[in-house]
Amino acid sequence: MSILLSNISKKFGTFTALDNINLEIPEGELVALLGPSGCGKTTLLRIIAGLESADQGRVLLSGQDRTDHDVSQRGIGFVFQHYALFRHMTVFENVAFGLRVKPRSERPGEAVIRKKVHDLLNLVQLDWLHDRYPDQLSGGQRQRIALARALAVEPSVLLLDEPFGALDASVRKDLRQWLRNLHHDLNVTSIFVTHDQEEAMEVASQVVVLNHGQIEQQGAPGDIYDNPANAFVSRFIGQTNVFYLEEQDVDWLQTAGLSNAQRQGKVAHVRPHDIIIEKSLADGDDGFVTLKDWQHLGSLIRIELVKNGSNGGTASIYAEMPNDQFRRLHLSRGDKVDLRIRHAHWFH
Amino acid sequence: MNAIAQPINPARLVARQQKVLQDADWVRWGLVAIAVGFITLFICVPLGLVIFQAFSKGIAAYWSALSQPDTLSAIKLTLLTALVTVPLNTVFGVAAAWAITRFEFKGKSLLTTLIDLPFSVSPVISGLIFVLLFGAQGWFGEWLSAHDVKIIFAVPGIILATLFITFPFVARQLIPLMQEMGNQEEEAALSLGASGWRTFWSVTIPNIKWALLYGVLLCNARAMGEFGAVSVVSGHIRGLTNTLPLHVEVSYNDYDVVGAFAGASILAGLAIVTLILKTALEWRQANR
Repeated sequence: MSILLSNISKKFGTFTALDNINLEIPEGELVALLGPSGCGKTTLLRIIAGLESADQGRVLLSGQDRTDHDVSQRGIGFVFQHYALFRHMTVFENVAFGLRVKPRSERPGEAVIRKKVHDLLNLVQLDWLHDRYPDQLSGGQRQRIALARALAVEPSVLLLDEPFGALDASVRKDLRQWLRNLHHDLNVTSIFVTHDQEEAMEVASQVVVLNHGQIEQQGAPGDIYDNPANAFVSRFIGQTNVFYLEEQDVDWLQTAGLSNAQRQGKVAHVRPHDIIIEKSLADGDDGFVTLKDWQHLGSLIRIELVKNGSNGGTASIYAEMPNDQFRRLHLSRGDKVDLRIRHAHWFH
Repeated sequence: MNAIAQPINPARLVARQQKVLQDADWVRWGLVAIAVGFITLFICVPLGLVIFQAFSKGIAAYWSALSQPDTLSAIKLTLLTALVTVPLNTVFGVAAAWAITRFEFKGKSLLTTLIDLPFSVSPVISGLIFVLLFGAQGWFGEWLSAHDVKIIFAVPGIILATLFITFPFVARQLIPLMQEMGNQEEEAALSLGASGWRTFWSVTIPNIKWALLYGVLLCNARAMGEFGAVSVVSGHIRGLTNTLPLHVEVSYNDYDVVGAFAGASILAGLAIVTLILKTALEWRQANR
């Protein structure tokens, strides 16, 4: 089911949580609402669910205006950050709840409910826990039960609020992959909220970047990374080096490849992997970028460089390159290096 | 030289740590003796005395004191008062706890404070409030006597005063619990298609039932035992407006020792049953 939000605004007192949001989500996508805390992403998700009402604007599901529909009438599945499992019910009864509360005319028989619940529990690979209570489960198990419970009512939209936020790092990694595969199998339009850009990039087919209650950019993860729409997105998604070209003492950047001809703004953002370094052959003070330290990030090396300014200040620059390439350079701490900038994003 | 480090015995380590936390024997035994002595002197002895005095002239006298018409009517009135006030205050308490923990509104902190008012004012004042409102010289006194409605020195006044006094018990039990639980389970139930009513009965009530029962129990104990406020509004009309606590006082003032202590023994028995149930509920809650 497609989702269309038009002119959604929401204020809490004097604080503007959402400012005129327009968003279209095509059917079958797995969308990440990504942004720093307080950017309004959870509020937006709750407005889509009907758990919160917008001050203005419309929510259309499959082209039908559902703004005035109650949360129980919207046909959505909602997964809460802290699971919100019914603590006094077994796992089985939790998953069965959505079926049991259907109006009598739509309610399936007990045998159908049993089969469906066990199917769902098998889908999340936890059928063996069906007679346990929520407080006997681990965080990752609870989250999967919460997902099975939301799926039981066959929602046309699945909404997940920071679904991995309360989990251990290793469990989170497994569940991300699992959610992606599950979405691939079920193909139900899904939106999840996250503040973790890595998680958004890894799981989502579409990423919506929010900040201060406004949408900064929407697109495929790769597009957003390669073509950030503005300085906020560029900084928020992935690592970036920021160079302010109006400051003094930036001639060296031109030497490094940021020529005036390419210049399209006052600020240049350069991804660490777009900086190539070589051992400087120049004597004296020409090579005034020095290698300070490096860290291993698995297959990549992150290199911290220090640029000594003429006014005595220093600035750190980060570069990344594959392990073996770095080894071939035979660099050690304190060496002077030459930089070459392959690509930059320009902002005003 | 034995240079190999001895592995630390964890049991001994724990024992040593416990020793650090322990006071000297005389301090421990002294404190225990004070606590036991206090409880014996101020709780067990009076309670025993109540039973002893009630049966001082034999079981027959005890029974005949209890089967006096005035005693029976006092018991009936006490039961009636509890029967009316406890369900009403259960509903009010749940509604107040729900409003305070689930909604944001102006004057919320004022409401929270007001719920405690019956706890913080003297019960006698609480009774006087109703006399000032509904008494012959009260605000509504004229209107009430013109319409031949009796509230003060009648059963409705007793029920109103008891309602006022016992209002906080249920709400006080529920508010902290419901605040701690949050409303996500209810939101989850609604998102699964449940109606508000269904959510309340299937999700909210099971989560708060033990605290609710506990609040109802305390509310009931107070409703049956309240003296001060009821004493002001009752008028002490024997056989009509005397509740059990009032009956005990009146009998005692009449030098009817057996009657007074027989009534007191019923109230004491009620208190003991309440305590046992309360302990059972707490145990149940802790072992769930």
